[in-house]
Amino acid sequence: MDLSNINPILLIASIMISATPILLAALGEMVVEKSGVLNLGVEGMMISGAVIGFIVAINTGAPLLGFATAAVAGAVLSLSFGILTQVLLSNQVATGLGLTLLGLGLSSLLGKPYEGMKAETLPKLDIPVLGDLPVVGRMLFSHDIMVYLSLALVVAVWAFLKYTRAGLILRAVGESHDSAHALGYKVVRVRLLAIMFGGACAGLGGAYLSLVRVPQWTEGMTAGAGWIALAIVVFASWRAGRVLIGAYLFGGITVLQLNLQAAGLTWGVQYLSMSPYLITILVLVFISSNRSRSNHDAPATLGRTFHATR
Amino acid sequence: MIRRTLLATAAAGLTLALGAPAMAQDDPTKACFVYVGPIGDGGWTYQHHQGALALQEEYGDAVEIAYQESVPEGADSERVITQMALSGCDIIFTTSFGYMDPTNNVAAKFPDVKFEHSTGYKREHPNVSTYNARFYEGRAVVGHIAGKMTETNKIGYIGSFPIPEVIMGINSYYHHAKLANPEVELVVTWAYTWFDPAKEADAARAMLDQGVDVITAHTDSTAPLAEIGKEDGSAWGFGQASDMAAFMTNEDGTPGPRIASIIDDWSPYYIKRVGQLMDGTYEQIDSWAGMPEGEVVIGEMNDAIPDDVKAEAEALIASIETGEYHPFTGPINKQDGSAWLAEGETAKDGTLLGMDFYIEGITGDIPN
Repeated sequence: MDLSNINPILLIASIMISATPILLAALGEMVVEKSGVLNLGVEGMMISGAVIGFIVAINTGAPLLGFATAAVAGAVLSLSFGILTQVLLSNQVATGLGLTLLGLGLSSLLGKPYEGMKAETLPKLDIPVLGDLPVVGRMLFSHDIMVYLSLALVVAVWAFLKYTRAGLILRAVGESHDSAHALGYKVVRVRLLAIMFGGACAGLGGAYLSLVRVPQWTEGMTAGAGWIALAIVVFASWRAGRVLIGAYLFGGITVLQLNLQAAGLTWGVQYLSMSPYLITILVLVFISSNRSRSNHDAPATLGRTFHATR
Repeated sequence: MIRRTLLATAAAGLTLALGAPAMAQDDPTKACFVYVGPIGDGGWTYQHHQGALALQEEYGDAVEIAYQESVPEGADSERVITQMALSGCDIIFTTSFGYMDPTNNVAAKFPDVKFEHSTGYKREHPNVSTYNARFYEGRAVVGHIAGKMTETNKIGYIGSFPIPEVIMGINSYYHHAKLANPEVELVVTWAYTWFDPAKEADAARAMLDQGVDVITAHTDSTAPLAEIGKEDGSAWGFGQASDMAAFMTNEDGTPGPRIASIIDDWSPYYIKRVGQLMDGTYEQIDSWAGMPEGEVVIGEMNDAIPDDVKAEAEALIASIETGEYHPFTGPINKQDGSAWLAEGETAKDGTLLGMDFYIEGITGDIPN
């Protein structure tokens, strides 16, 4: 084993890239769950974003336009989930799973002609001064714009939920939709907006996979990333900062274990691969072991159907 | 009005669909395929599906094909295989190692259906055959090229799971790289998946970051090649299972990251077996064909490979195809230095199929 082969600068740089798709998707899902809606369709929205972002980027040659379209596509797809669950009051778990199946099927249909093609990828930003710094320049300041956008989004979501009135309303809707309704807030409208935000984020995350991380379209390419995003939300106990930690931890461990293997470490790699899942289970056990704590963490009306006439 | 038209069309469609088989004189032979990944993976499953399509092409209406994609290995696959057996499949090809026990379990319940399991070794019932291709012959050729192409003297191998099939590939790749370049060092990374493009790309990235400049993958997608492509011509890779020709040449005309490829061609086998089933000569077999039979093919080498290396590779291909050279020909020692093959001795199939050791020179242990 020769750990000196692992270059920490390159390692951290590749962790940041590797974690960005799940960070975006998990952040969106966190906002959705904060409003009291459980959308299990993250995987489906991600892969739809991946295929649509790729198709647009191929046809226009503009990857940023691909990202924008992927966000819109994710939002539109999630709106179908929103209408079904919020207006027509269907079961959220079943509808979310249905959305995943729809997304997987739709994406393989749309993506068929685009297999094996190569799209224009996002350029690395050339940040003056910062990018030229030794060590940190290569590590932190030489990524593409989406990496920074995802980090900015974490801060924005955190500030939105903590400091703005709209954020307070969203949390109120998630904690007690009946009270929020009694106060005159439009529960369904707030939730639809949250769902669309979640869809847009998942779409962006998917597009990051197909346009930057892998850069190509392959059927089924998200390979469960949407489910990991869902796990991260629970792991993060519905807080933006912890979503960031969770996503970088998941992404980081995957990259780290591959690097350790490449450096010659063979023992314990499997344990390292499964550690994020183990930690999530432990967090879940920890949350559910204490009633008062669980009340603080999960939005109280998560997954419950709201019917205004009651 | 519109609705009525729709219904009428649907009814007509249904009559057609149901009517067609009833009109045929004999029932067509139904060949069914269970795939581990999506057909669009561009690699392993794609090639099996090409084989299935070639089968359809060969026999036309006499054969009906059916398949299911992305079937997880393990208990789920048993359900899928049972479903296929119940739905009238005459022969079922299960195309991944992890379907081994499920295939045998289902075969016990359906003695009249033929089962063909790819890359496995269990034939517990008379109606189960196994088939595989000698991929290590292809690995030998790309190993030679890798040994010649590397400038850092570090070559990489993205492993899927530590099973004999993969270990055989690693040994063959390393052995021939070493023969071509005694300085060469091999880095093995296990992805623990057959198909996860992001993770495969990460594995390639981890090795590239550590100075590896020629990588071959034993996973199914084209993601490692895309990642290698980001190095702009200072690192190289190989098409795996499928030709992956999209990565052969860059848009600006310079040679792409895919310098050669190992192509699995299952069509000769599928055509042969279903043909035997139809004419009644079908028997249980354990098939292991390779380059001589055309089941393993080396794809076109691109211009990144110098002409002399190309010529050497061609000569190696020719000697394997004629059967005059076996990729595992001694002297080869095991990793711990103990003798495995003496001078001129070739490996026995049984040893290869149960291969659980690295050959001398490879560092690291095989995970359990």
